[in-house]
Amino acid sequence: MSVKMGLLALLADGPQYGYQLRAEFEGRTGSTWPLNVGQVYTTLARLERDHLVEPAGSEEGRVLYRITDAGQDEVAAWFLTPVIRTQPARDELAIKLAFAVTVSGVDVGAVIQRQRTATMAALQDYTRLKRQDHDLAWTLVLDAMVFQTEAEIRWLDHCEARLRRAATERRVVATPAEDTADKETSR
Amino acid sequence: MTTILKLDAVSRVHGEGATEVTALNAVTFTASAGELVAVMGPSGSGKSTLLTLAGGLDSPSSGTVLVEGADLATLGNQGRARLRRTAIGYVFQDFNLIPALTAAENVSLPLELDGVGVAKARAAALVALGQVGIPDLADRFPDEMSGGQQQRVAIARAVVGDRRLILADEPTGALDTETGEDILRLLRLRCDEGAAGVLVTHEPRHAAWADRVVFLRDGVVVDESGGTSVDALLDADRV
Ligand SMILES: Nc1ncnc2c1ncn2[C@@H]1O[C@H](COP(=O)(O)OP(=O)(O)OP(=O)(O)O)[C@@H](O)[C@H]1O
Ligand SMILES: [Mg+2]
Repeated sequence: MSVKMGLLALLADGPQYGYQLRAEFEGRTGSTWPLNVGQVYTTLARLERDHLVEPAGSEEGRVLYRITDAGQDEVAAWFLTPVIRTQPARDELAIKLAFAVTVSGVDVGAVIQRQRTATMAALQDYTRLKRQDHDLAWTLVLDAMVFQTEAEIRWLDHCEARLRRAATERRVVATPAEDTADKETSR
Repeated sequence: MTTILKLDAVSRVHGEGATEVTALNAVTFTASAGELVAVMGPSGSGKSTLLTLAGGLDSPSSGTVLVEGADLATLGNQGRARLRRTAIGYVFQDFNLIPALTAAENVSLPLELDGVGVAKARAAALVALGQVGIPDLADRFPDEMSGGQQQRVAIARAVVGDRRLILADEPTGALDTETGEDILRLLRLRCDEGAAGVLVTHEPRHAAWADRVVFLRDGVVVDESGGTSVDALLDADRV
């Protein structure tokens, strides 16, 4: 999502000052998405240019911002529009594994296992955070990270299972007489 | 930390000759008081085997299994049965509820067998059923409950009373994500209160509630996570 829609969604609840918006934004995303003040004000300026927000008075030089009707429509549409997955976060990992299976001399089983251990440790960290009490918004953000991290582990398990099957088939074809003592997933 | 469960170079071989299967191969494994350990691995890797050996439901082909310092092999059938009634809570992969008993009776049975009075045992059972989120199903029979509800009765039975070792084989298989998480919170709570827990699961999300995650493959421990700093691991691996 964009910072723009986040701020607009916050303003849909009532007029706020820029510094308040920044604190609210970080609070609701559990500080997983830190904003700097400059980002908040340039975004508000753009929103005002597009007639999605308007000034509603000022105090000590600070401007109070209010959402317009067009802004309300924009927020409503945003909530109802599915997010398109453009760049899957695990791209680097997928590419790494694709290379690992094609470059000779790489122990793919070891690559997967090491990654799995690291990702599991990250998942344990997120889960430890879940043990503390949080408000609902932060819990949902945390759950998103938990499910995404879990998906990566499941995918790694899937990769390993595929490699094992491929290795077994290769062995059956190449050396039908030999037994299956060697169960390594290396290539 | 006090070691509650210790498997020392434990192997379990099924069958012989051509049909011989080594379900577990020289595995050394511990779980201490206050610790929850998750066991993961592909189907057939030996997870349930490890758990049944730890619970004294099966005997190793070689190696020793110690629960609270006692060698299960020298305890005899009666000693093992007593340990299972009092110290060990076991959640079976297929629930294993007694069909002729209500939910509350299933849960209170181990306490009653151990000499706890009926009223007291029932009170404890009701508390445990409340903790797994089905306080109002106490007087239903297993065949009057959904799979997930039966699973929760099985979990309540395993955590009721003073269990020092809780062994759970896929305890969340029949549960939705939210209920599954409640169960993990409950297991975690029991371990934080001092029990040792071993959780077999296919769900990484649930394994992540554990202090350590042990990974089995072909009856061998191939990996363990936990304890190591994530950032260090991620940096080393991703770059
Ligand atoms: N009674 C038995 N006789 C012969 N082989 C057995 C017996 N019990 C288990 N095995 C074999 O031992 C291996 C380990 O089985 P185990 O039940 O421990 O696997 P698991 O990791 O729990 O699998 P799953 O995830 O499917 O529950 C498997 O290859 C299984 O076929
Ligand atoms: Mg099993």
